[in-house]
Amino acid sequence: MNTPTQDQPAVADSPVRRVLRDFFRKPIALISVFVIAVFCLTALITGLCALGGIYFPYDPNATDLANKLRPPSMAHWLGTDNLGRDVLTRMLNGSYVSLTVGFVAMTVSLLIGVVVGAVSGYFGGWIDNVLMRIVDALLCFPSFFLILTAVALLGPNIWIIIVVIGLLSWTGTSRLVRAEFLTLRETEYVRAARALGQRTPKIIFRHILPNAFAPIFVTAVVGIPEAILIEAGLSFINLGVQPPQATWGNIITDGKSYLLDAWWLIVFPGMAIFLAALAFYLAGDALREAADTRSERK
Amino acid sequence: MKNLLEIHDLSINFETREGTVHAVKNVSLSMQPGASLAIVGESGSGKSVTALSLTRLLPVPPAKYVSGDVFFEGQSIRRMNPDKLREVRGGGIAYIFQEPSTSLNPVYSIRSQIGEAIRLHRPEVTDVDAEIVRWLDAVGIVDPAKRMHDYPHQLSGGMQQRAMIAMALSCQPKLLVADEPTTALDVTIQAQILAELKRLRSEFGMGLILITHNFAIIRGLCERVAVMYRGEIVEYGETASILRSPQHPYTKALIACIPKLGSRSRRLQTIGEALPA
Amino acid sequence: MLTFIFRRLLIATGLIFVISLISFFMITLAPGSPYPWGELNPKISPQVKEAFRKKFHLDRSLPEQYWLNMRDLFSGRLKSIKDERPVLERIGERLPATLMLNVYAICVSLVFGLVWGVWAAQRAGTWPDVVSSVASFALIALPGFWIAYLILIGLVKHASVPVLGTQSYGILFPNMLSMGLDRIWHIVLPGTILALGGIAVQSRFIRATVLEAMREDYIRTARAKGLPEESVFYKHALRNAIRPLITGIGSLLPALIGGSLIIETIFAYPGMGRLGYEAVLERDYPTLVAINFIAAALILLGNLLADILYAVVDPRVRLE
Repeated sequence: MNTPTQDQPAVADSPVRRVLRDFFRKPIALISVFVIAVFCLTALITGLCALGGIYFPYDPNATDLANKLRPPSMAHWLGTDNLGRDVLTRMLNGSYVSLTVGFVAMTVSLLIGVVVGAVSGYFGGWIDNVLMRIVDALLCFPSFFLILTAVALLGPNIWIIIVVIGLLSWTGTSRLVRAEFLTLRETEYVRAARALGQRTPKIIFRHILPNAFAPIFVTAVVGIPEAILIEAGLSFINLGVQPPQATWGNIITDGKSYLLDAWWLIVFPGMAIFLAALAFYLAGDALREAADTRSERK
Repeated sequence: MKNLLEIHDLSINFETREGTVHAVKNVSLSMQPGASLAIVGESGSGKSVTALSLTRLLPVPPAKYVSGDVFFEGQSIRRMNPDKLREVRGGGIAYIFQEPSTSLNPVYSIRSQIGEAIRLHRPEVTDVDAEIVRWLDAVGIVDPAKRMHDYPHQLSGGMQQRAMIAMALSCQPKLLVADEPTTALDVTIQAQILAELKRLRSEFGMGLILITHNFAIIRGLCERVAVMYRGEIVEYGETASILRSPQHPYTKALIACIPKLGSRSRRLQTIGEALPA
Repeated sequence: MLTFIFRRLLIATGLIFVISLISFFMITLAPGSPYPWGELNPKISPQVKEAFRKKFHLDRSLPEQYWLNMRDLFSGRLKSIKDERPVLERIGERLPATLMLNVYAICVSLVFGLVWGVWAAQRAGTWPDVVSSVASFALIALPGFWIAYLILIGLVKHASVPVLGTQSYGILFPNMLSMGLDRIWHIVLPGTILALGGIAVQSRFIRATVLEAMREDYIRTARAKGLPEESVFYKHALRNAIRPLITGIGSLLPALIGGSLIIETIFAYPGMGRLGYEAVLERDYPTLVAINFIAAALILLGNLLADILYAVVDPRVRLE
């Protein structure tokens, strides 16, 4: 169908600026980024303080059995757990663990996924076949199950958890990156670059990757809540980061025996996981919409 | 004799992110029953928008009818109630589009899609399959009884377009609108399809509007031509006389673009100004 | 069509072996003792240890172990380290329950996902659509165990509704119907919680594919033919938009089987997920190998089924 004629000249715009502008126009994006910023800042501050040995408002590991299982009050805003530890402090302390796992595991998974997808998509042929068959096989596994098996066998150390989550979550990214590379490989400027004799790594990094950047970045943003949710699940079955270190997940786990009497042990940490994950998902979706040049605005 | 089609001072705007686009500006045309008209222009001239507006096929946001109206057999299209409009669509005015491969639904067979049209506009037909075979045969498809069970992707581009023509004609419309029907096809197939359209016109006597950017193909097929540029009609009249002596500079440029066999100039003529696509 | 199925089966067989290799590889190369006693426990004589090793093939080389484990798996001889019962038997007891739970969850996901997705697509760009989009992300962001616990607290504490296991104990049911309903209830509650994420994901996919289909050229043709809008939408667009429902069968299954582990534990539901969890804690290698393998095989089967259904629905696939 013919596109209509235009009366006004088009305004020149850097694509990055346009995407950011479209992104920040949406109210949902603004709220999500705000929530993410709050979580990240608290995690960062609490984490740095913890490194220096400072904890607030209470010591997260200080038990106070006289005060155990108290509901939220002025002294303990979010109540205390079964060992009398302040829930708010433990949650603040848990935030940097949960968020670190989220970010780092996502990074691992992203790196593997991008490399596999790029190699597969760019070179094609038997490399592509072999890699994609492996991906297909991995996808057949219930990934959470695999992760828990691996963590159980290797020990629930935070770095092992991060690496395992990363190692078993890259399949989705690799397929996406591969699809992007397959399309971008056939574009005019890549063909021109090859005709000019540019070397392969240069073509990949200078020409193709920058154009695939948008969907990769969106995948990264969405990968964080996935990793956080997996870590929470692992903590729930006692295979996450071990006590006494708090994570949002294990506060809930510790509290599950007191399920019917101490609702605050379940509600607050779960709310934190939920809100953090939701904020990342919404931000990722808003970003994807803003970066999507192909579909029409509805 | 009432005019088959009249377009009175039609103006259509599009509201886009970048602003308002005046796609069609004060366009007026008329056609007698059985007549043939070509609308010629580049991409962006407004010809397809005009054609789609004939049965209100434009998505109404972002499109907006600013002024004017279209009259089919004397009735206003803009004021027509939806049920009557649906009768006109297909039964009065039928379309064939540029990309036959995507204009047919890939999950239904040819038989199913043509049958749907026949059942809708000609409920009196009892043997729908026989009718489908008749029309597929009429457009020159070989072995129609077998081919009608095929799915669109099993047909070549030329056959897909023929099937679309069959589907359009099977409703026995008074006017056939062909929007760049051969642009997506091979040059040799182009000639066949155009010849087919010419033949069908003389056999069934329906009106024809042919939309194209290619002046070369309308000779012998369309009696009158309207040249569109940036939403306006810049020249309108009999094909033969316009080709002989075009008045408007744009028309002259378009005609000069047609490469002629045996011409001595080494450079192909182009039109200087690039229209925003 | 038959060649299509045959080709898919061949690929599937190849994949099964890659899967079996992967699971065996992971499990045997991991540190951690498989013995049900401490490595250095002096009370256990070397002969007993040796006999144990021989019995579970731990004295052979790795490729041999793989071969032997696979042979035992398929012939039903593979025995659990924990209690010496054939692994297949232990899994067999639990498998039907898990299957029922997961099949229910998939059906719920597909049906409600379709309805919701269509609803959202028809209102695309309006406020209800925006709210619905946020709601779908909310369902995905919900940690399954959290919402399960919240519901448990609510139901058990405030409404005294029995929720655990496959049936309510201690209650005598007057007839088959109410007993059947009770059983169904015990699947419905955990199954629906399991399916929440799936419903949301499916609805998003459906919304996207419906909107995409509505932009296609053949929709314009359908309208130009004079078809009423419902026909255009339900007959022409929707038929092209249900692809995610079918691929969903293949892609939802892995997530659900993994998630059912948590849900089964919370609801004390005797399924394969819980069995796997216990096996992990006890380092029961044979059971673990078998469960991973069977889970992957089930998923592979689900994918195969989805591929076949896809060919049924889309003529372009089946006639290639």
